[in-house]
Amino acid sequence: MRRAILFLPLVLVFLAGRALAGDTIKIGAVLSVTGPASFLGEPEKNTISMLQEAINARGGLLGKKLEVVFYDDETDVNKAVLAAEKLLKRDEVVAAMGGTTSGNTLAIMGKFAAAGIPLVSLASAEKITSPADPFVFKVAPSDRHAVQKILDHARAKGYKKLAIVTVSDGFGQAGREALKELIAAGGFELAADEVYGPKDTDMTAQLTKIKELPHDAVICWGTNPGPAVIARNRVQIGLTTPMYMSHGVASKKFIELAGEAAEGLLLPAGQLIVAGQLPDGQPQKKLLLDYTRQYQEKFGGQVSTFGGHGYDSLSLIARAIETAGSDKPQAIRDALEKITAYPGVGGVFTMSPADHNGLSARDFVMVAIEKGDWKIVAE
Amino acid sequence: MFGGLLQYVISGLTVGSAYGLTALGFTMIFNTTGVINFAQGEFVMLGGMMSVMLHQAGLNLPAAVILAVAAATAVGAAVERLAIRPVRRATAINLVIVTIGVSICLRGLAMLAWGKDTLRLPNFSGAAPLPVFGASLMPQSLWVLGVTLLILLGLRLFFSRSIHGKGMLACAYQRKAAYLVGISVERMAMLSFALSAATGAVGGAILAPLTMTSYDVGVMLGLKGFAAAVLGGLGNPFGAAAGGLILGVLESLGAGYVSSAYKDALAFIILLVLLFVKPSGLFGRKSAERV
Repeated sequence: MRRAILFLPLVLVFLAGRALAGDTIKIGAVLSVTGPASFLGEPEKNTISMLQEAINARGGLLGKKLEVVFYDDETDVNKAVLAAEKLLKRDEVVAAMGGTTSGNTLAIMGKFAAAGIPLVSLASAEKITSPADPFVFKVAPSDRHAVQKILDHARAKGYKKLAIVTVSDGFGQAGREALKELIAAGGFELAADEVYGPKDTDMTAQLTKIKELPHDAVICWGTNPGPAVIARNRVQIGLTTPMYMSHGVASKKFIELAGEAAEGLLLPAGQLIVAGQLPDGQPQKKLLLDYTRQYQEKFGGQVSTFGGHGYDSLSLIARAIETAGSDKPQAIRDALEKITAYPGVGGVFTMSPADHNGLSARDFVMVAIEKGDWKIVAE
Repeated sequence: MFGGLLQYVISGLTVGSAYGLTALGFTMIFNTTGVINFAQGEFVMLGGMMSVMLHQAGLNLPAAVILAVAAATAVGAAVERLAIRPVRRATAINLVIVTIGVSICLRGLAMLAWGKDTLRLPNFSGAAPLPVFGASLMPQSLWVLGVTLLILLGLRLFFSRSIHGKGMLACAYQRKAAYLVGISVERMAMLSFALSAATGAVGGAILAPLTMTSYDVGVMLGLKGFAAAVLGGLGNPFGAAAGGLILGVLESLGAGYVSSAYKDALAFIILLVLLFVKPSGLFGRKSAERV
């Protein structure tokens, strides 16, 4: 009898869960909130829970309460796979977001596709959506679009010979592939192809080599702190040709680290960091300013593009559920694919059966660093 | 062309100084205790990170650096007292594993206390590069090279003139005999940890303006420093410093003239070849002398 009483709360919780299941919509999230990629996963989780509250405050989706089931994969592929299993088998979500990193997304996306549950990834690798799996989407822009933005600018300036210096990690090497391909395809000449390690602290050797070769501009592809070291080494050895950075350093932290050496550098960035400078008619402007204000009020600190990916992933799923008028996975998938000209933080999304990212080079804006701040470069 | 070569050498020497100072720490501890201290890189990190933290807290630069080095020295002594001495009867390999544990622990604490961001320290004297025959030299590089030389000189005097230095050398030659003539081998071990922590911390602080610093810079520096110590001949402090400079210059020339993608591999290949040809390192004594 005693034992039976002990089980009673469990049974009650179970029953309550069953009773609630009818009027909630469950969406899963597998994010790297801790571990090496926590600088991506933490703002993503913050943003998603903030947006979840906002959606529920205005009455939920289709009159039902939205519930996001979070799992932290600790930037570990195995834990991401386990979390995906739990979301599919135990939580029975109707759609999911994640993973934070490209590696984790590639590891879990097959499971969602096989189960017929739509997954919106927050990672950037092109392999996630090309070729497009019917159930896999992503909100982060592809490297290719950033490269395209840089090359368009270089062409307008009349630069012919481009030198590249990339970091030897996943981000840098994916960028290097895209750069080499598009530089050749765009009729440019690759003047130098230098590489540095993610933990390297001095890149004067690579830059000195570039300096001695004829070139018109340098493109550097990496995430902090490497590019900041390169910016400083560039000033140090007196390399005066223009330098482009990747969208990987589009945060105030980069300017802080590079200091004076950041002046005049050019990079393609999402609209978020220059929201205040956008023209008034820009479709994202209000959203970006509101997001920045709300995030800073709630969590303090700077907003980042990565938090923006979190916003876009949930906002696209919510939009799909509302337009479909249904919370069935297949209906959500079909509606996701039909999303057109929908403004998000990362850009204006237009999905199609062949394009499950929905962004283009237009969603990047070319910015220069002037007096320690971003400035939109006139096109 | 010549400007390029000179630039490679200058940046190689600057980075090499950091390797050298780390290698020096490895050597000092190895000599007195027979332990290879894999937490050496973390001492370098502590020097850099604490300088930045104290400077951000409002201290002026010299005071911040001096305090940071003093604090790192205390940490070094504490590591010996709390982690090494209680298990000193264990075999050398177990002690090495203890130091790996210490390094992970220090890194974790630094991450929790100061966060995961990369931080930078202002230059000691101006950021305008000086032109030298077509190459350019940062004033901070002069600081790095100068301070490294001063430390080497100081250590040479310490080991040849002071009673403590001689005591440490005695431990290096023959621990038991050192005991018998009344040298406290334990005190010497603690002193060696404190000294190598101080050396590492100075390296971390003078490099922070050039290379920036974060909680995990010690990993790479520890490895390269160890390689430099082996290159110079483990056990010889001046060989260690020279090994560091050679490793730095080789890396830089390799990146410049061969391929920057294989920069690290190149340095280690040269190290391997050297060890095949001359297993005791460039400046190492024949191992027969170190029975």
